[in-house]
Amino acid sequence: MQFDQILQYTLSGISTGAIYALIGIGFSIIYNATGIINFAQGEFVMLGGLLTLSCLELLNLPLWAAVPCAVAVSTVVGVLFERLAIRPLRQPTPINLVIITIGGSILIRGLAMLVWGKDTHTIPPFSGDTPIAIGGATILPQHLWILAITLIIIVINKIYFYHTISGKAMRACSYNRRAAGLVGIDVRRMVLFSFIISSAMGAVAGIIVAPLTMTAYDVGVMLGLKGFCAAIIGGMSSGISTVIGGLILGVLESLGAGLISSGYKDAIAFIILLLIMFIRPQGLFGKADSERV
Amino acid sequence: MKQNLLLFTGFSILIMFAPQLLSGGYLMNVLVFVGINTMLAIALNLLLGYAGQISLGHAGFFGLGAYLSGILTTAYRFNPWVAMPVAAVVVGCMAGMIGFPILKLKGHYLAMATLGLGIIIFIVFNETVELTGGPSGLSGIPNLQLAGISFDSDVKNYYLIWGFTLAVMLFSLNLANSRIGRALRAVHDSEVAAQVLGVNARLLKVQIFAMSAVISSLAGSLYAHTMTFISPASFGFNFSIELLTMVVIGGLGSVYGSFLGAALLTLLPEILRGANDYDIIIYGGLLIVMVMFMPGGLVRGIPALYRKVIKQKGETGHA
Amino acid sequence: MLEISGITQIFGGVTALDTVSFSIAKGDITGVIGPNGAGKTTLFNIITGIYRQTAGTVQLEGKDVTGFPPERLARLAMVRTFQNIELFGTMTVLENVMVGMHTKSSSGLLACALKMPWSISEERRIREGAMKWLEFTGICDLADHTAGSLPFGKGRLLEIARALAVGPRIILMDEPAAGLNSQETLALSLLIKRIRDLGITIVLVEHDMELVMDICDRIVVLNLGRKLKEGTPREIQESPEVIAAYLGDDD
Repeated sequence: MQFDQILQYTLSGISTGAIYALIGIGFSIIYNATGIINFAQGEFVMLGGLLTLSCLELLNLPLWAAVPCAVAVSTVVGVLFERLAIRPLRQPTPINLVIITIGGSILIRGLAMLVWGKDTHTIPPFSGDTPIAIGGATILPQHLWILAITLIIIVINKIYFYHTISGKAMRACSYNRRAAGLVGIDVRRMVLFSFIISSAMGAVAGIIVAPLTMTAYDVGVMLGLKGFCAAIIGGMSSGISTVIGGLILGVLESLGAGLISSGYKDAIAFIILLLIMFIRPQGLFGKADSERV
Repeated sequence: MKQNLLLFTGFSILIMFAPQLLSGGYLMNVLVFVGINTMLAIALNLLLGYAGQISLGHAGFFGLGAYLSGILTTAYRFNPWVAMPVAAVVVGCMAGMIGFPILKLKGHYLAMATLGLGIIIFIVFNETVELTGGPSGLSGIPNLQLAGISFDSDVKNYYLIWGFTLAVMLFSLNLANSRIGRALRAVHDSEVAAQVLGVNARLLKVQIFAMSAVISSLAGSLYAHTMTFISPASFGFNFSIELLTMVVIGGLGSVYGSFLGAALLTLLPEILRGANDYDIIIYGGLLIVMVMFMPGGLVRGIPALYRKVIKQKGETGHA
Repeated sequence: MLEISGITQIFGGVTALDTVSFSIAKGDITGVIGPNGAGKTTLFNIITGIYRQTAGTVQLEGKDVTGFPPERLARLAMVRTFQNIELFGTMTVLENVMVGMHTKSSSGLLACALKMPWSISEERRIREGAMKWLEFTGICDLADHTAGSLPFGKGRLLEIARALAVGPRIILMDEPAAGLNSQETLALSLLIKRIRDLGITIVLVEHDMELVMDICDRIVVLNLGRKLKEGTPREIQESPEVIAAYLGDDD
């Protein structure tokens, strides 16, 4: 009985953890390319879900067309954000960047409220909602979708960063932006790319999680922060460490909520966040040499 | 020095006679909030504008002051005048303790950590139902009383709150022009140079963080005793962002700027009645526009704009 | 005055400094010279508590100060200046020097904010002290200018005034003549001698050989992280190893 419960919580924790991982990688990609923590990251997650809803209901598109549409529009918003708010900034001090991404975040959230209202919305699951039994626990088909899509994205990501010219250029930027600029890499272009990739990834995360948790104009705040927490556990890596960070967070949160108290579920993530930042700012798996703080 | 004193005296006189000029009424209530928000904006500005350290969790300290005052006076029958300093000391000590590890972080990381701290505090307000009343709030908090006067009307509260606000303003103005204020600004401009000159940057940052939390707590207590009802919704993440907006719009490192920012952001929703829910769009837009076009805030931006306009007028006049 | 023994610094496998030892006598002007990459600035950063060395100790007036943070060293009367002057750019020239008086004053946060009588009189003392150092370096007339708007040469003088306000017994200057024209360099050498005449020990890293040979009592030569030679300016000028290190030695 107890074991089944733990299995159940773990399984659902893994799927929310996968979402956190996707969002966290989005944070890391922008951070590594630009040194910015994009406080608006969560808003792309929100946009993904809500835009899919509009594509399905207003445009009557089938799901396979609605999803790419929603991702594309979210990405355009990400590009506009970078072009209109980040790039023209004359004094890009860390504080100004924090303030401007927060400004962007609440602006996007406010506009979303204007468009979709304050209600929560549901999106139908991708392939029905017949539970699948695993041991003593059950999962939904949507959980499998989440895991599969996350896996595919991580693989694509890996290929991009290690086997394409622009991916390698991005990695060069993350090691040393000035040196990358000196060897002829167009750093500003890489910054734009990083916003494109991470807004698209955020949107995908928002779309695949929406059928499970419902969505509304303000879901981006919490999801964004949890994603950031995953990235911190993973030491702001845009690879496997952040995925593990997301999974650890998802499972701990799910177990904590189930076995201790659901009210403190959100607090768990932030306590972990603070502890990691205080004790191991380089992340759980990182080496201590990086000047991240 | 003389100029500063003159400006402050003028401002105080204006505040003193404002109720007569504005003929009281509903606006008094709004001005009470302007006072509370001015205190909070100044508290955040001491940290952000002078020391250059961001906090996105200040609504948490504000809430802690309000709840400690509220709980001490309702459940434990403390006199409000005792509860307020007790709350302030407790919050100050908490901030001092958390300050050491949290202020080791810089820039974006500090922002995220303080944000997390604020959210943890917010969750505690919601979940410790037996103490705080949970999401439905805490009511029946007594008004402050002094020499037989109970501060229970808008006009009386106006004088109470603004008495404290003016004191906080004077306190901060003095601080800014002292060896501590200079050391803070020095740390902001070049931490390593300040250290070489013997400034203990770490300790100083923690001190100002604690001081800032104490002022926020005081504002929280005053809020609780004037409203007599508090609920977690007033102390969430959004309010921390609103405070940040006030400081940035008013002007970093300017006490009067904090007043301007607080006044603008408190009056704005009243002016935009009806568009109530959509004020966050305006905050977001304002933040972006200010950082991009007026990074010094209104307090520096408006005089600069004025000089520009005068100059242009002068030029066209000659032509 | 200052005793440096066995300082070694390894950055990720690269040995920047290799068991460097020397001592500096009270009241001397000592020059630390060497070709680019010799480790001069690294050594300064270690002595002044900005880097933590891999091995070795630093003794200040007989006291082991190894690993002390810069603010503690300032209280022990050791102060430094930076190669790329580190001014407090948003503050006025006078305020910059007033920050230098930080360790010479003690009013706490509350005393300052509540304007206690003793903090008011202390503030007056700080202001007068700071003006005195502006006069000493000859930039009194710039007191109310914003530090960030000063020309480089004046900024250098301000940085020295600010360091002197700490009341140091030893001052380390990292390339004080860098970025100065010949006239300013000449004025600087006179200023450094006047500082020495106050009884302050001076250590400087410098590339301007004319300046070094003119003002230094002793010179330490570093090359590739090791101490190559130590002696009077004359001994250094005549040393074949030093000449070889500067000109590049092929054999």
